Amino acid sequence: MALDTNSNAYTFGYAIIMTLIVAAALALTAMSLKPLQDKSIALDKKTQILNAVSPISDKGLIDGEYAKRIEEVVVDKSGKVVTGGTSAFDLEIKKEYRKKKAGSDYNLPVYIYKMDDGKKKFIMPLHGAGLWDEIWGYVALNDDFKTIHGATFDHKGETPGLGAEIKTDWFQGQFKGKSIVNKSGSFEFKILKGKGNPGLDKEPHKVDGISGATITADGVDDMLKKGYLSYVDYFKGVR
Amino acid sequence: MDLVNLFLQSAFIENMVLAYFLGMCSYLAVSKTVKTAFGLGLAVIFVLTITAPVNWLLYYGVLQEGALAWIHPSFATVDLTFLYFIAFIAVIASMVQLVEMIIERFSPSLYNSLGIFLPLITVNCSILGGSLFMVQREYVLSETVVYGLGAGFGFFLAIIAIAAIREKIRYSNVPAPLRGLGIAFIITGLMGIAFMSFMGIKL
Amino acid sequence: MSQVAEAAVQTKEPLFSPKNRRLLTDPLDDNNPITIQVLGICSALAVTAQVKPSLVMALCVVFVCSVSNLLISLLRKGIPSRIRMIVQLVVIATMVTLVDQVLKAFVYDLSKELSVYIGLIITNCIIMGRLEAFAMGNKPWPAFLDGIGNGLGYGAILILVAVFREVFGAGTFLGYQVIPQFIYDLGYVNNGVMVTPAAAMFLIGIFIWIQRARKPQLVDIS
Repeated sequence: MALDTNSNAYTFGYAIIMTLIVAAALALTAMSLKPLQDKSIALDKKTQILNAVSPISDKGLIDGEYAKRIEEVVVDKSGKVVTGGTSAFDLEIKKEYRKKKAGSDYNLPVYIYKMDDGKKKFIMPLHGAGLWDEIWGYVALNDDFKTIHGATFDHKGETPGLGAEIKTDWFQGQFKGKSIVNKSGSFEFKILKGKGNPGLDKEPHKVDGISGATITADGVDDMLKKGYLSYVDYFKGVR
Repeated sequence: MDLVNLFLQSAFIENMVLAYFLGMCSYLAVSKTVKTAFGLGLAVIFVLTITAPVNWLLYYGVLQEGALAWIHPSFATVDLTFLYFIAFIAVIASMVQLVEMIIERFSPSLYNSLGIFLPLITVNCSILGGSLFMVQREYVLSETVVYGLGAGFGFFLAIIAIAAIREKIRYSNVPAPLRGLGIAFIITGLMGIAFMSFMGIKL
Repeated sequence: MSQVAEAAVQTKEPLFSPKNRRLLTDPLDDNNPITIQVLGICSALAVTAQVKPSLVMALCVVFVCSVSNLLISLLRKGIPSRIRMIVQLVVIATMVTLVDQVLKAFVYDLSKELSVYIGLIITNCIIMGRLEAFAMGNKPWPAFLDGIGNGLGYGAILILVAVFREVFGAGTFLGYQVIPQFIYDLGYVNNGVMVTPAAAMFLIGIFIWIQRARKPQLVDIS
């Protein structure tokens, strides 16, 4: 072969052709698979929202159950309900929090779950940062706006076996029945360090943590607090 | 003052090697002598300080949803963030390639002693980690520069520390099969435990 | 590290010649990627808190390592040396991203489960280390075998570390309780150090000790 693989022209040509091929392949798959992906993502989000109140195992039932049970509400920064504009489901909390940080107006979604007995559960979507990447979750409050009815958490890249444990049933299950507001009416909740802390059943504002995953647990703490404080005005209005 | 805190935080409390255990491979393999460790440490500082801001510009200037709106309004919904892994890696790889060429030109002996671990800086997770952390924590540009520098400095300190320990330990009576790599692993574990005491300090 | 670099020079040899078989078996012990070549340590620390993620990671690495070795070996004659790292990484990253995109569209649950590992795979030095040390200088078939062998050798250590960390750190194995309750009642507690990455360092250090005690020819002089 007479081709000089070290010449500048060859190197540049190679780089350009490679970039084009890679870009085309990626763009093509991303574009063609986008609708399918969006569908999966939407279904997953609905599953998580419903799971905060009561888990459904059959994937086929999710859409129906969601339509039947959930009322989507958008609230603005003073806690007033907003109509029109982006629907609650399409609002990305991550971006709204960024607007909040920048000091401009923002809207946040709330999902209201209607129980069979007509009672309502208020599901707050949460978003925060774990050790490596984003974490998020949905926490359902009873209509006293204090007691947690149920919680689901999820993450993008926490350490398997450590931070990733926030997804497990034992961790999420502990939140059930706990309260995030203390007697004087302000936010109080803490995920303790490590597992197996004694006397937790007498502590309304504390749950067990995950040994070796303190930073992820702190992230959950932070996003719970941030979430509750952003909705507190809305809750006052509803009550 | 915040930037100074950020520097200290990224170099000590969130030390890439000893607190997050990133970049271990080159850390363990190239720490036999202080001299090579010094070279690698400098290379990592250099690469991290450059790639973090470059990736920041890339992420907020090109990849983020709406970042391309200045070309044409219809691009406002283009979201290329799924490409960020590849883009970051490509930037890092080109920087490392550059460093490789520089070292080969000016210090052939260092080039030879670093061996395969010079190209492997590319996949040194602490470098990609730096870029990913800066996106996740939503640093602004100035913070990113300081963060990259601090994280690189943290790596530099850590690798010099272990290289110094390994040079000294050669005179100790370590069981023969444990010598070299084996004891280096155990020392690193102990150093990691020591660094845990920094955890929870908030600046 | 490069003692096998010139392995496959002859043109005609059987698919599983002794030389090729050694490509598969060597990385399991004498040339283990973790304990001898010092590659892929970060991910070995990150996923070994439990056995299940270690299994998943091991499978992913066997797959990605063998396929990318094969691809790079096919491309090796055309890659300009000055941008070879970029080419190698772009190949790996593109492949992983493509697989992830497809999984996301069709098996979303699996993709969510695996998303954690994607970053760890792309930055896993085992893969790029083998590309540099082996695939760039060898024919596709030996390169493919080398990828599988190194993936397996890596996986073996991963699972070994994970078994110790899970059993002693959490008292479970693959999520099932294995340390019975009466032992806890007697005052046994799970070892908190085992869940930290530092424990993985100690364990790998001890494995190296055992391996080298068994095979004195591997002992480090320095």
